[in-house]
Amino acid sequence: MEETTFISFMGNNLSNFLAFTGFANVTLEHLIMIVVGMFFLWLAIKKEFEPMLLVPIGFGILIGNIPFSQGMEIGIYEEGSVLNILYNGVSRGWYPPLIFLGIGAMTDFSSLIANPKLMLVGAAAQFGIFGAYMVALALGFEPDQAGAIAIIGGADGPTAIFLSSKLAPNLMGAIAVSAYSYMALVPVIQPPIMRLLTTKNERLIRMKPARAVSQNEKILFPVIGLLLTCFVVPSALPLLGMLFFGNLLRESGVTTRLAKTASNALTDIVTILLGMTVGASTQASQFLTKETIFIFFLGFMAFIIASTSGVLFVKLFNLVLPKSKKINPLIGNAGVSAVPMSARISNNMGLKYDPTNYLLMHAMGPNVSGVIGSAVAAGVLLAFLG
Amino acid sequence: MLLLCLLVGATAFAQGRKGLVINEVMVLNDSNYVDDYGQTNAWVELYNSTYASMQISSIFLTNDPEVKTMYPVPRGDVNTVIPARQHILFWADGEPERGTFHLNFKLTPGQDNWIGVYDADGLTLIDSITVPASLGSNQSFARKVDGKGTGVEAWSIREGHSESYVTPSSNNVIIDTNAKKEGFKKHDSHGFAMALMAMSVVFSALLILSLAFLLVGKLSEKIAVRNKIEAHGDDSAATQGATTSVKGDSGEEIAAICMALYEHLNVHDNEDTILTINKVKRAYSPWSSKIYTLRDIPRK
Repeated sequence: MEETTFISFMGNNLSNFLAFTGFANVTLEHLIMIVVGMFFLWLAIKKEFEPMLLVPIGFGILIGNIPFSQGMEIGIYEEGSVLNILYNGVSRGWYPPLIFLGIGAMTDFSSLIANPKLMLVGAAAQFGIFGAYMVALALGFEPDQAGAIAIIGGADGPTAIFLSSKLAPNLMGAIAVSAYSYMALVPVIQPPIMRLLTTKNERLIRMKPARAVSQNEKILFPVIGLLLTCFVVPSALPLLGMLFFGNLLRESGVTTRLAKTASNALTDIVTILLGMTVGASTQASQFLTKETIFIFFLGFMAFIIASTSGVLFVKLFNLVLPKSKKINPLIGNAGVSAVPMSARISNNMGLKYDPTNYLLMHAMGPNVSGVIGSAVAAGVLLAFLG
Repeated sequence: MLLLCLLVGATAFAQGRKGLVINEVMVLNDSNYVDDYGQTNAWVELYNSTYASMQISSIFLTNDPEVKTMYPVPRGDVNTVIPARQHILFWADGEPERGTFHLNFKLTPGQDNWIGVYDADGLTLIDSITVPASLGSNQSFARKVDGKGTGVEAWSIREGHSESYVTPSSNNVIIDTNAKKEGFKKHDSHGFAMALMAMSVVFSALLILSLAFLLVGKLSEKIAVRNKIEAHGDDSAATQGATTSVKGDSGEEIAAICMALYEHLNVHDNEDTILTINKVKRAYSPWSSKIYTLRDIPRK
C-alpha cells in the first residue's frame, strides 16, 4: 500500500513537472516567434546585418518565447522576475537616454559644424515620421498610437523605445523590433530610392571639402545645441540632454576617461540589456497580433518616406544654392539617423558612379543631424500627444 | 566652497515641502464621508502637487495661527508618504489616539475656520486657508483645480450634488480623457495639422542651430585670422596670406601639404628597434618571486 502511494506520489510529481515544461505549454504562436528569432540570428550572424543589435534581439526573442506556466516569476511581464527587472530600463525609458549618452560620446559633429546647412537635410528626413503618422491614422490607429509607431521613421531605435514607452506602452515591443529590423535593412531599402530619385549628373556632384573645425567650436556645439534645441522642445530633454552631454565629455578634452566609458563599456552594457529585453518582450501572446503586422508595414513606409524626403529636399535645396555650393543628393538619405549606416550607403553609392568622389564626411552631417532631428521630433510628438 | 553651498541649497530646495497644499475641507459632515470608525467628522484633504512622492511625517497641522505646532504628523507610519499628484485625508475629530490621520483639534461649523500646515521646523508656513463660515452641511470648500492657484479665488464651495460633487481623497477635477489626443482626433483626423506643426518645429529647431553655428563658424574664422596675423606680425602681405590660408584651410589641404613636406624632406622613419629571439634574462629578486607572492599566506 505504502509502495503504491510512493509510486503514485512520484507519478503525480512527474506529471506536474511535465505540465510545467515548455513541451506541455507550447503553442503555434510560440513556434512562429522562435522561428522569427532564429531568422534574426541568421541575418545577424550569416548576413552581418547590424549584428550588435540583431544578435541580442534575436536571442531575446528565443528567451521571451520559451513556453512556461505563469506565476513562477520567470516571464518578462511578471513583476519581480529577473527579466522584468532588466526590462524596467525599457518600460520606464531609461535605457534610451543612456544609449544617447554613448552616441554623443562616439559622434564627431565636425562635419555638421563645418557645414551647418546640412542640418536642414536631417530636418527634412523627419517627414518620414509624420508621413507615417498620417498613414497610421488612415489605418485606424489612435493619434497617440500613430505617433508612437510613426517614430520608427526616425530610424532611431532608442528614440522609438523612449517615445513608445510614453505614448503606447502596449505596442512598444513591436515598434522596437520593427525599428531595429528596418535599421538593419537600411542597405536594402535606401539604394533603390536614391537611384530612382536622382539623375546621373546629380550623383556626380562633387562637394567642397569641409573646412577644419576648431576645438572651441566642437566644445561650443553641445552646449549651444542643448540650450537651443531643448528651449524649443523641452520634452526631448532626456534624449538630447544625454546626447550633448556625451559629446561634451568627448570634445572637452579633459574627460577622456568618462568619454571612453560612455562610448564603450556603458554603451555595450546597455545595448546588451536593451536588445535582449526588447527581444524577450515579444512574447507570442502579446506580439502576434494584427497591429504588429500594421506596425511593420508602417515602419517600412516610414523608412521609404524619410529617405525620399531627404533626397528630394536636397534636390530642392540645390535650386537655390550657388553652383559651387551644390549638395550631392545622394547624401539626402543620410538624414535618417541610422548612424553611420546610411552615411556609408551615400558614400558607397557616390563611389559607384565616381570612384574618387568620397561623400562619407559630407553625409555624416545630415546623419548626425538626423539623430538630433528625430529626438526633437519625438519631443514634439510627446508634447502634442502625451 | 561656493559650489558646495549652491549644491546644498539646491538640494534643500528640492527636498522642501512647498508642493504640499490644502486641497479640500469639509467642516460639517452630517452624512458624507465616513471614517474608519464609522463616524462622520470634519476632514482636511492635503494634496502633493509635485511629481515625486512626499514624506509628510513631522509636519504640523493647526487651526490656530498662534499655536503652529498643534498636531505633529507622527513619524514611523508608512502611510504618511503621499505619492506624486495624490491626496491624503485627515479627520478633524479631536481624537488623535485613533491613529495618524485623526487630528487633535476640531473645526467649528458656523464660523470662519483657519487651517494651516507648517513644515517640520514649526515656523515655515507651507499652506493655509480660511474656510468661510457660510459652508453648509455636507458641503466642502475645495480648490477648483487640484493643487493650483493662490488665494480664495482659486477655491469654490462644493454643494455635494452631481453638478458640484464633493471629492474626499480623490481629484477635485476628474480627468477621464486625454484632451490633447481627443483634440487631434476631432480636428486633425488625417494628420495634416500634426505634420505641418511638427515639421515646422523640427525645422525651426535645426534652423536656429544651423544659423547659430554659421555665426560661430564665422567668428571662429575671424579669431583664427587674428591669431595668425598676431603670429606673423603686422606685415600686410602676411595678413593677406593668413586670411586666404585660414579660409582655405581644410583637412584635405593640410594633409596634402604634410604629404608634400614628407616627400620633399625625405623624412622616412628610422626603425632602431631590433627584433630578436634571444632569451630575456631577468635578475632574480625575492620581491618579484612568484614563490613568495603567490604561495605564502601574507603575514602582518
